[in-house]
Amino acid sequence: MTPRRAQPAAAVPAPLRPLAAVAFLLVVLPVVGLFTRVDPLRLPQLLTSRTALDALRLSLITALAATALSLLFGGPLAVVLARGRMRGLRVIRALVLLPLVLPPVVGGLALLYLLGRTGPVGSLLDQAGITLPYTTAAVVLAQTFVAMPFLVVGLEGALRTGGQGYEQVAATLGAGQWLSFRRVTAPLLLPSLGSSAVLTFARALGEFGATITFAGSLRGTTRTLPLAIYNTSQDDVDAAVAMSLLLVVVALVVVVLVRPRAIEGRA
Amino acid sequence: MRSSSATRSSAWTCAAPAALVPLLVALTACGSGGAQTDQPDQPGQPGQPRAVTVLAAASLTEPYQELAAQFQAQHPGVQVKFDFEGSSTLVQQIKQGRRADVFASANAKNMDKVVQEGLNAGPPRTFTTNKLTIAVPPGGGGDVRSFADLAAPGRKVVVCAPQVPCGSATEKVERATGAQLRPVSEENDVKSVLHKVAAGEADAGLVYVSDAKSAGGQVRSVDFPEAGAAVNSYPQVALKDAPQPQLAQDWESFVQGPAGQAVLARHGFGAK
Repeated sequence: MTPRRAQPAAAVPAPLRPLAAVAFLLVVLPVVGLFTRVDPLRLPQLLTSRTALDALRLSLITALAATALSLLFGGPLAVVLARGRMRGLRVIRALVLLPLVLPPVVGGLALLYLLGRTGPVGSLLDQAGITLPYTTAAVVLAQTFVAMPFLVVGLEGALRTGGQGYEQVAATLGAGQWLSFRRVTAPLLLPSLGSSAVLTFARALGEFGATITFAGSLRGTTRTLPLAIYNTSQDDVDAAVAMSLLLVVVALVVVVLVRPRAIEGRA
Repeated sequence: MRSSSATRSSAWTCAAPAALVPLLVALTACGSGGAQTDQPDQPGQPGQPRAVTVLAAASLTEPYQELAAQFQAQHPGVQVKFDFEGSSTLVQQIKQGRRADVFASANAKNMDKVVQEGLNAGPPRTFTTNKLTIAVPPGGGGDVRSFADLAAPGRKVVVCAPQVPCGSATEKVERATGAQLRPVSEENDVKSVLHKVAAGEADAGLVYVSDAKSAGGQVRSVDFPEAGAAVNSYPQVALKDAPQPQLAQDWESFVQGPAGQAVLARHGFGAK
């Protein structure tokens, strides 16, 4: 393996700057437009309403649970995709990416038709006394379905670009596969694990279509913040905009505070 | 004989346009199909076909499409374009300057928002009504005979959220009957309620009579007398900046007239 040489910090080439500015404005201006609609006098009352707080609490719990599930199952899947040698891996990789392409509502329908009480798996669960639709577990499942590919893709990319040089050295020193994974691969992956987990959490936090289709919408049980925002907007758009402020703040806190530490903390 | 690289490059240049053809066909097909509902609303020029754009509550989809065919037959050269959405979504679009000729709302509350902003030409007029019914899966729900039966413990009932018209009607009925429902989900629109019942994921749902009717055999409806406590009226109005003010009025009168009322009644809507 050739050691990567540190490049001198290159300035941003001039032609890229205006294009980068367009990209930034395209993302930021609509959000700014959103907040010009917020009435500052009503804001404190809207943000602390029971509807908003119940939804925020549910959103944080479910998005964290979905991120944990994605790490637990998606992490190993990324390792299989990056390092596995079995046939058909390409097909598996394409299938794993499906939730990124499917409209989330279709994802929700897919979950409903599989796990609803008339579905092939759901009817078995129903006989065992387990019902998934309309429960908080269904929200977590819907979010995991939609968000896990972000973790798998991010982690797989890191595993591939990282190469296997250190693991090979570890092997020559007598480390077994599991030891080498725990002591060499996993620490090297930490930064990208952090950033992928943040992306996954952010996607789970914003999840709407799959959740409302599979889990329904009931305050305190299944009505996460995006669902509550949509629900409120039917009646009172200003209140809905104020609630979306909560979502933006949570997302910014997570991305700004957690992510740089995760990606800049060099392993 | 050509070299293999020349063959390959000519194959490329042929293959690319060949691959584009179905794509273009699909795009143009979408364009002309979408014209019925999605095209932007342009003022008609003299001698050219004119279009009247109607923004209508989603529950009006079936009767309005049927009425449009009749209206177009009576007005040669006129096309009726629709956008069917939730009433509150349409109100937002109208407030943000969407140009259209007519707005048909599924309740008075959303119409009031348009009137408050002064975006209407003339007063809104109620043209039909709708009331709730209990939808149950065709093979189940045999023990649901009254509204009070929905409150039975363990029954999975899906309703509309109070923020949308069918949900506020549900609340009114609850107050009138004194029965307190414990729904497993409050959906944002009546079609989602209908879908959950039709898919067998709910034991019962509260929907409008017209929705149950449009679902055909997918659900069975159980009417209940207390539905009369929450009759929902549908107001319609011509919009102030209508590109086709005359056609807007013609459409309104047509819906109010005997032909319009007959079609609405056939789709389960009540008298105005």
